[in-house]
Amino acid sequence: MASIYTLTIPHYPTHPIHIALFRSVRNAAHLRAQLLSANPSFDYAFLDATTILSYHQLLLAAQLALHAHLTGRSKTRTPHSELVFRLHPNNNIGESYRKFGINNASSTLIAIKFSLDPEITGESVARHLGEVVEGESVDIGPNGEELAMFADVAKIRKIFKLNDGGKGKEGAAVNGEARDERKQMESVILGTIALKGS
Amino acid sequence: MAPAETIEPTAAPLQAPPPPTDPERPLHTLPPPFTESHLEVLTQGAEALVYKTVFLTPDTPCVVKYRPPKPYRHPILDRRLTKARLLAEARVLVRCMRDGVAVPGVLGADWEAGWLVLEWVEGRTVRKVLDGWAERVVQKGKEGMDRVSEQDEAMLGLMQRVGRAVGKLHEIGVCHGDLTTSNLMLRTLEKQPTQEAPKSRGRLTTSEMRMMAEDGVFPDFPSVSRGKEQDEAESLEGEIILIDFGLASHSTQNLQDEDRAVDLYVLERAFAATHPAAEPLFKEVLKAYGESFKGAMAVLKRLEDVRLRGRKRSMLG
Ligand SMILES: Nc1ncnc2c1ncn2[C@@H]1O[C@H](COP(=O)(O)OP(=O)(O)OP(=O)(O)O)[C@@H](O)[C@H]1O
Ligand SMILES: [Mg+2]
Repeated sequence: MASIYTLTIPHYPTHPIHIALFRSVRNAAHLRAQLLSANPSFDYAFLDATTILSYHQLLLAAQLALHAHLTGRSKTRTPHSELVFRLHPNNNIGESYRKFGINNASSTLIAIKFSLDPEITGESVARHLGEVVEGESVDIGPNGEELAMFADVAKIRKIFKLNDGGKGKEGAAVNGEARDERKQMESVILGTIALKGS
Repeated sequence: MAPAETIEPTAAPLQAPPPPTDPERPLHTLPPPFTESHLEVLTQGAEALVYKTVFLTPDTPCVVKYRPPKPYRHPILDRRLTKARLLAEARVLVRCMRDGVAVPGVLGADWEAGWLVLEWVEGRTVRKVLDGWAERVVQKGKEGMDRVSEQDEAMLGLMQRVGRAVGKLHEIGVCHGDLTTSNLMLRTLEKQPTQEAPKSRGRLTTSEMRMMAEDGVFPDFPSVSRGKEQDEAESLEGEIILIDFGLASHSTQNLQDEDRAVDLYVLERAFAATHPAAEPLFKEVLKAYGESFKGAMAVLKRLEDVRLRGRKRSMLG
């Protein structure tokens, strides 16, 4: 059994989301092949965990996907593909899969499953992922911080075209408080994906 | 859905709201996914309704700015205008965040439905800070006390931060468009739990307070009570956050000194409207602004013209 973190996003209480995190994954190519062949028992968003800078980034993509789904404005086939699409800064679906989805060489994995059907429970997801993912399940704590533990900051910066630390030439506390660089980076990413497609 | 009155007990009753477009949803309630639960009304302006709620996680407070449909406008035009304004505001905010200007981050948006979710800024508006300060100035005047105090020093520091924040905004090519003191916030510094005030403390002497204010630190030494004034001196610390970019514009080449000067002029009027005693404070804002970026002095020069025109207009008025 994989360790599963189940949450609901505020304002969407009837749509639980199940998340699992893995390290030392050995069968990424196999998992990716299931997605490519649209195997119905593999209706997941499978992300390479190195592209996730923060829990909020993941949650915003989930919120956007859910909202698009519920308001009939999805750009892709399923809420899960929509989530991967929403993570990406531009409207190229294929590119969003290449950047954020698992690739054959991925060794870390974030698996996300929307509970859009009462049959899908944390238990059923835990069992299935435990069977199909060859890797080490990582527990996710209440703040979701672990989801960002494999973040490749340089890679993420490149995807979002962020130059190191913004243009803030002033390093120190010019305005009463030193700006937290990573927090600022997160904030730009959230704003960018929230406005995508506008 | 419960009537909106039940969720906004403190807000002034709306005067005969125009008929809603969707009969299922009164005009002054938010579209999905927002419901009346976990929603607190902050302001109901002419253009936007502002609420406090949470977003993404139960402990991420946020502001929802909702631009309701205007029943007197043609629906297609209305939707187009709402979308354009909302996106203009959101894009400028993201631009500011990218370039290191302190603004609330954009957390979410649905421009078809007319809502924008922004990061919550814990603190109060500069307008509130100034009102509190003006009240104390009047109070002290009555008591015949020396007006130059630690409070004033902290206040000057705050003004410098305002000047630099506006300077930074102008430097990256953004003009705010509605730069009043209500659209500047002082973000409260997060309290470190170790600095929790113990129950019994000795009274602080004035010189001790001055030393602390100068150092910008408030050591945890015993006093019966730090007193109202001390608490307020402490709360003048913090970062200045610019909010409300509904009328802002961004341009890399065309931002004219005129636009920047008008921003400053609007802010100057807002200061003057607070209290006559606030005018010297604004000098400090301008001083810091002038030193904050390369073209700032030219803007200050231009401000003199804008002032002259403003005065003439009010004389003709
Ligand atoms: N991000 C935020 N964090 C905390 N409080 C906020 C935030 N944004 C707005 N507020 C509060 O809500 C008030 C109104 O917000 P804002 O100025 O953005 O809306 P508005 O309707 O355009 O206002 P105005 O009447 O000035 O045009 C602010 O003065 C402030 O007190
Ligand atoms: Mg305002």
